[in-house]
This record gives sequence, C-alpha cells and structure tokens, in this order.
Amino acid sequence: MADTYQTQTAGSQWLGRAVLYALLVVFAVYYLMPLFVMVTTSVKTLDDIRAGNLIALPQEISFAAWFKAWGTACIGVECNGLKGNFLNSVSFVVPAVLISTLVGAFNGYVLTMWRFRGSDVLFTMLLLGCFIPFQVILLPMAQTLGYLGIANSIPGLIFVHVVYGLAFTTLFFRNFYVTVPSDLTKAARIDGAGFFTIFWRIILPLSPAIIVVSVIWQFTQIWNDFLFGVVFSSGDRQPITVALNNLVNTSTGVKEYNVDMSAAIIAGLPTLFVYIVAGKYFLRGLTAGAVKG
Amino acid sequence: MSTLSIINVKKRYGPVEVLKGINIDVEDGEFLILVGPSGCGKSTLLNMIAGLDTISSGEIAIGGRVVNDLSPKDRDIAMVFQSYALYPNMTVRNNISFGLKIRKIPKDQQEETVNRVAKLLQIEALLDRMPSQLSGGQRQRVAMGRALARDPALFLFDEPLSNLDAKLRVEMRAEIKLLHERLDATIVYVTHDQIEAMTLGDRIAVMKGGEVHQLASPQQVYDDPADLFVAGFIGSPPMNLIRASVASKEGKIGVDLHDGGETFFLAAPDAVQSGLSAWNGREVIVGIRPEQITDDMARGPERTDRVKRNVKVDVVHPTGPDTLVLIQLNDTPVTCRVHPETRVRSGDTADLMFDLSKLVFFDPDKETRIR
Amino acid sequence: MTTAANASSLDRPHKRFADYLETALPKIVLGPTLLIALIFIYGFIIWTGWLSFTESRLLPRYELTGFVQYISLFENERWWVALRNLGIFGGLFIVVCLVVGLLLAILLDQRIRAEGFLRAIYLYPMALSFIVTGTAWRWILNPGLGLQNLVRQMGFENFTFDWIVTPGMSIYTVVIAGAWQSTGFVMALFLAGLRGVDDAIIKAAQVDGASPTRIYTSIIIPSLRPVFFSALIILSHIAIKSFDLVMALTGGGPGFSSDLPATFMYTFAFNRNQIGLGAASAIIMLMTVVAIIVPLMYSETRRTHR
Repeated sequence: MADTYQTQTAGSQWLGRAVLYALLVVFAVYYLMPLFVMVTTSVKTLDDIRAGNLIALPQEISFAAWFKAWGTACIGVECNGLKGNFLNSVSFVVPAVLISTLVGAFNGYVLTMWRFRGSDVLFTMLLLGCFIPFQVILLPMAQTLGYLGIANSIPGLIFVHVVYGLAFTTLFFRNFYVTVPSDLTKAARIDGAGFFTIFWRIILPLSPAIIVVSVIWQFTQIWNDFLFGVVFSSGDRQPITVALNNLVNTSTGVKEYNVDMSAAIIAGLPTLFVYIVAGKYFLRGLTAGAVKG
Repeated sequence: MSTLSIINVKKRYGPVEVLKGINIDVEDGEFLILVGPSGCGKSTLLNMIAGLDTISSGEIAIGGRVVNDLSPKDRDIAMVFQSYALYPNMTVRNNISFGLKIRKIPKDQQEETVNRVAKLLQIEALLDRMPSQLSGGQRQRVAMGRALARDPALFLFDEPLSNLDAKLRVEMRAEIKLLHERLDATIVYVTHDQIEAMTLGDRIAVMKGGEVHQLASPQQVYDDPADLFVAGFIGSPPMNLIRASVASKEGKIGVDLHDGGETFFLAAPDAVQSGLSAWNGREVIVGIRPEQITDDMARGPERTDRVKRNVKVDVVHPTGPDTLVLIQLNDTPVTCRVHPETRVRSGDTADLMFDLSKLVFFDPDKETRIR
Repeated sequence: MTTAANASSLDRPHKRFADYLETALPKIVLGPTLLIALIFIYGFIIWTGWLSFTESRLLPRYELTGFVQYISLFENERWWVALRNLGIFGGLFIVVCLVVGLLLAILLDQRIRAEGFLRAIYLYPMALSFIVTGTAWRWILNPGLGLQNLVRQMGFENFTFDWIVTPGMSIYTVVIAGAWQSTGFVMALFLAGLRGVDDAIIKAAQVDGASPTRIYTSIIIPSLRPVFFSALIILSHIAIKSFDLVMALTGGGPGFSSDLPATFMYTFAFNRNQIGLGAASAIIMLMTVVAIIVPLMYSETRRTHR
C-alpha cells in the first residue's frame, strides 16, 4: 500500500511519514505504559511509591516485594504467598492442555479423514459450544463435580477445562486437516495401515505447527482463566488468577502496591513468556479462533 | 488369477442412486478404462473396488473372491491417485516400502523390492529425497512405484495423469502402457480424457449417469458407438451429428443433406439398410466422423460408398498435421478433416469426399443406435 | 472369467471382528466428545433453564414454579444496573476496539520499519489474564497514587480523575482497561485482512488516479467487511462474558455500580445463595448472546454463500 505515496511530493511525503511514526510511537507508549508501571512499582519500596509518582523510576531497586508476593504475602488469613497457587495452576494447566489437544487432534482427524453421516452436524453442534456464555453451565457443573467426587480438586479443574476446551482444539485441528488431502489416508488404508497407524505415522507428523497453536491457545486460555477457578475451587486449591485477585482484595494492614504488582507480574509471566517465544503461533491461534465467527 | 468381476453393483447416497447396476468382467492381465464426464460415477466405482466406499448392493469379486466385506488392505489391490498422495513426511524409499512395512515383510525383502521397483521406474537416484523435492513427473513415478512394490492382484489408477502438463502426460502414458505389457498386470484405470482411454485400454467402459453405456475395445467404441452419447464423447474433434430425413433413392435407403443450396443423398451402409428402412420419411440423427469427410481423392474414384460433393466452406482451422474445415449441413456445423497442403479458403467451395461405409444412425428421441 | 451366471461359485469371505472394529473406530473415537457436548453443553443449558423456573436458593430444587425468578430478576434494581452497564460497556468497548484497531492496522500497513516489533507491542496485552490487566489498571487509575496524582504533580493541581471510585463512572474504567487489552487483537485481524486485499485492484485504482485516502475509503475498507463481522462477533462475545476484568478492576463497585450480568450471576448464584435467580440471569445472558450473534453470523454466512 505504500505505493500510494508515489503520487505525492517529497516534502509532504516526509511530513506524512513523520506523523505516521509519531502516531505509532504514541500508541506503543500507551500499550507499554501499564507494563512499565507494573514493573517499576514492583521493585519500588512502599516509601518510594508514596513519595514519587506513577511513572517515576525507582530510587533503588528492591526485589523484596517479589519475594513477599511469592512466599509470604497474605491472602485472606493465610500468609503463604502465591507459590502454592502457582504450582496449582501448573498442575492442572499442563494435563488439561495436553489432554484437550490430543483429543482435539483425534476429533479433527475423524471429522476430516473418516467422515460419516452426521459428522458435520456433530461438528456444528460442538462449534456452537464455543459461543455459550459459561455462566449458563456453572450451576449444573458445580453439582456434577460434586456427584463425581472431584469438586474443589485439581482433577475437577482439569476435567472442566478439558470439556470446555475441546470445541476449540477440535476446531483448530479440523480446520487444519481439511487442508490435508484425504487421498493420503486412502493411500495408507490401501497400503494396509489402520486408523491409529495412519494417525501416528502419517497425519501427526504433518501437524507440529497446529499442535503448537493449539497448545499455546489452550495454555493461555486455561492459565488466564478466572471464572472456573473462582467457582470450582477454594482455599489452597485455587489457581493463581484467583489467588492474585484475593491477594489484591485482602484488606488487612497497609495496601502494598509493590506486592500487588509483583504478584500480577508473577501471574502474567508464563503466558507473557509464551507470547514472546512463540508470538507467531499465538497470533495464528487467535485468528484461527476468530475464523470460527 | 487376477480377475475382477463387478456384478450388478449399485451405489445409493440416501435416495440418490449414483451407480445403477454395473456389470463388468475384467480378465487376468486386462487393461480396463473407465471413462466418462465428471459425475458419471467412474471414481465412485473405483473407490468401491478399492474398498474406500461401501457397496449398496451387488458384488465385487477380485481373483474369484467377493470383497464386499473386506477392508481395502485385505483386497490385494494397489492404487495410484490423481494427487499422487505421497506421504509428505517420508522419503521416497519409505513411501515405497510403507505398505511392505505395515505388512511386516522382512527388511531385506523390503529393500530388494524397493530397489527392483526403483530400477524399473528409473527413480533410483531419488530414493532418499522427500516428496516435496520432486517434480510432478517424478512424484507420479514414485506413486506408481509404491503401487508396484506391493505386487497386487489388481492395480487401480484414479486419473493419474491429469495433474501433469501435456508433454509429460504423453510420455507417462507411453510408459504406463509399456509397464502394463511388461508386467502383464490387471489394471482398472479411471480417466475423463478420451485420448488416454483410446491409447491405453484393452477395453473401455464409457459411463454416464451411473450407467455403462458401452463396454468394448477402443476401436469398436470409436467405430461402432452404442448410442448417441458414446458417439459424441469419444473422438476429438467429435463425431458430427446431423439431423436428417430418411429417404430412399435408387432402391437404397439413406439420408438427405443440404449445404444451404442443393440437397444431396447419402446412402446408408448395407448393414443398416433394413434397419433404417423402418424410418423412411422420418427424422434420424446421422453420425459421421471428421476424417470421413476429406479431400482425399487418392483412395480411388467415387463408388457406392464414396460420394464426392462440392460444398461451401465456412471456416478453415489449420492444426498442423491436418486442416479442419467447417461446413454447414442441414444447418448444423460439420467438421471435416483435409490434408494440410490442400488450399481451401473460407467462403469458397471445395470438393469433399464423403466416406459412407462408416455412417451411423441414431434414434433422435431414445438416442439409441439404429442398426 | 467370472460372469453373473456362475457368481454363486465365488468365494465369500466374511467380515471379521477386526473389520467391524475398524469401521466403528472413528465413531468410537468421536463418541466421548459427542457425549460431552451433549451433556455438558446442551444438557447443562437445559438443566440451568430448569433451575431458573424453580425456587432454588442455597440448594437446587426441582419443583417448577413458573416465571417467579424472571419476574424478580427484572424487578431487581441491581440487574437493571448490570444491563445498563452492559449496554455502556459493550457499546463503547466494541466501538473503541474497532476504530482504534482499524486505525492501527492501517498505520502499520504503510511499509513501516520494525512493523513486527510494533505489532508485538500492540498485541501483548492479549496474552495477559484479565485479572492481571485489571490489577494493573486498578493501580494506575487509583486516585491516591495513580494517574490523578501524577498529573497533579505535573502542576495541574485541580486535575481530577477518580472514575474508578465514582458510582456511575466506574464502568467507563472497565472500558479503558478492556479496550487496552483487546484492541491489539482487532488490529491483528484487520491487518491480516488488509494484507489479503488483492493488489491488482489497488493498482487498477491507482491507474485510475484515485488518491490514497480514496483507495482506503472506497476500496480497501469495504472489502474488509467479513473481518469487521468476525471482530464484531468476537468483541460482543467478550463483552457479554466479561467477568474477570470487572472482578479485578472494580469488584463490581463502588457498591454494585459497575456490575455486569456476568458478575451479577456469580454474586447471586454463589455468594447470595439465590440459585434460581442466578440461573435465570444466566439464561438471559445466553439469550442475549443468541440474539446478537446468531443474526450476525446468519447475515454473514448468507452473504458469503450468495
């Protein structure tokens, strides 16, 4: 599109570019500002925070708030920091991501390579599941988890996240496998390979990119989830997002903004890390998720 | 014994019948072509033979064994796909040996087979490449190699050449033909290209609308089409099909034609005389191939089955080996094939020789042959 | 050679168990997911629907009592506040995200140096949890030591920016934080759309002498219609489901002035032991999603199919 500038004079072109870059930088500053504030606040002392202002650089850098947020900050009456909740999150996010991705891969494989009568209807049904506001399933799910004996437990959270993540993972894999020629499966069947052999030996080796997309999407979604965490877990079983919110809302004693910000960064670091390492795949997941619309 | 019997096979998708009772017997070592326009059911039939599609009713037997209930891997077949369907994550070598591996053939035997097939197809240098590093023609060879490695009772080809450019297509066609002669394999080959059908097949099954319209040798299909569809489908440029009235002249039955001016009479071959007499005074469709209207006087003077006429020429299309001349007969454009050195110009008239020995006649309503 | 006449002499091997298994396998594999979708999506919707017609409070009860819960829901002032807030938040959030997202995409589409880097900056908030976003903005927007304090220190002594603690204004802070998080995503969608516009059309317009502005307004932006629709659907979906952000930013407060239907549902169903009322509000949320998204999707698929 920059071609369109060819018709303009050099002077106005230069001015135009300058304005353009200025605008882009202003927006970049705006988007980075909260992160900057979070990081600087987290390494300030409380006195420093009170004396200075939002964007002032810290007088001295102190990681005390970080250690407090991790190990000793009070959430309600318990003063053990976020570390337990961080591990909680890890312990249900990892299995939930892996299970939902694997099942999604199988579903996508069946829905494209082994279509049968009614399989498209099934897919549409599943797809609509992406759109329901989860409030509509909270009450029955709370009951059901109780019946199954996995209420307020890590397996319970794994279960919930797998169930409501399947629609997305299935969508990812199905949309990817649609682009894989079905002749491959046919050729392999004639070569004597069965359902699982074809999956492991032919289809899965084609899928690293979409697996990464699915894993990143699921990881981000489940790690960042708050609703299921706050409804289906309590106390020391809570995931990090819920613990962060409780920590910030704990109103005993002095408000320690530096601890709050450290806690927020700790909660945000894993997904931020994934974003920095594999942003391309993150974006692909987002736009693939968007295609559903 | 690698025979194939297709016995009254039907395919229904819900209420829609896409194959309406197919009966074909293929002998050991025979090269059968399934040809027809898209949607005629030829690929469905091939998939049913392969076991990739279920059979609604009827039976398919390979080597004397009904395979309706067998899965593709137990049918002793190999298939070459239009898209080649090479496994993208495997080298050429592994592509060829995959089927052997699955069948737990010993390693050394696998290797031997791969080498034999690679030599046969001259792809030895490509064995360690990935499919993405191959050209279209090379992929085609590998796909065939994969089929050959299995040494099956029956080879199935699903439009294997349609993704190649014209030159390569001709080359591969010749090679497939050679391979068939050398291996004596039984082959069912689907194509929509009637030239491929004519050059490759021992027999051709011309299909349309889920039915076999004619099953015969290429020459027979060409010279003696079973009905109007086959006549129009096989041949390029296609057979001229002209509506004309049946008349009799000097004791012979034939048709009246005109090129805008004078009406002339073409007598039917002797074999159709009695059949056509029932149509005297009514309209039929007469079929005549372009090469049966020529400027070739060398083959001799006018006889009862060779008539010379001077007709008005509309358009001249030089093609190189021949020149195609378009004329109008009974207000229908008619293509004639003349020698390229013959000087004919649009708007002029030309002397053309009509070879009447191969005239064919069709019922204009039922579209069947009149014999 | 076999013919139909001696077909009876053919060998007829039968399906073995393995063959039956092989044909059934795809269905067996898909089965659990089907079951899950049926029970945990559709079954649960019906279940919640049922609860909304009962007098369930702390514990679910299953005797139907008609529309009592819906009547008391719409007699509840707090519910109306939540609905009004959804209107304000949803409307502003969507408009801001679309306008800023499109603007950013167009700016980035001018052969910018370091485009990838800038894009990454605009998009990173999308990787964060709404809880993290809410916590950060809560600190920034707090009047005591946040933005208000900063501007006052810069010399504007009377500057006031205390929306987050002002009833009636706090919902706008939700818009600020929500838009900050989601615009980058909309930008990415639009940018992908811009890159998909056929170059030949743009060149043809240039040859015809159209100005750059003209090319954008008459050719490129209209061709982004499908992207616009996708973004609209996703944004309205985010807006209706919004829960975490409000919880972390304002907690629904001050009072319940920044409640949204999602926080309302949570509060009544799980904190106030009003299961029936919570269920009724959840059903209304579902119906809102259906009422907004289904027509959008329908009109868009109809357009593309034509």
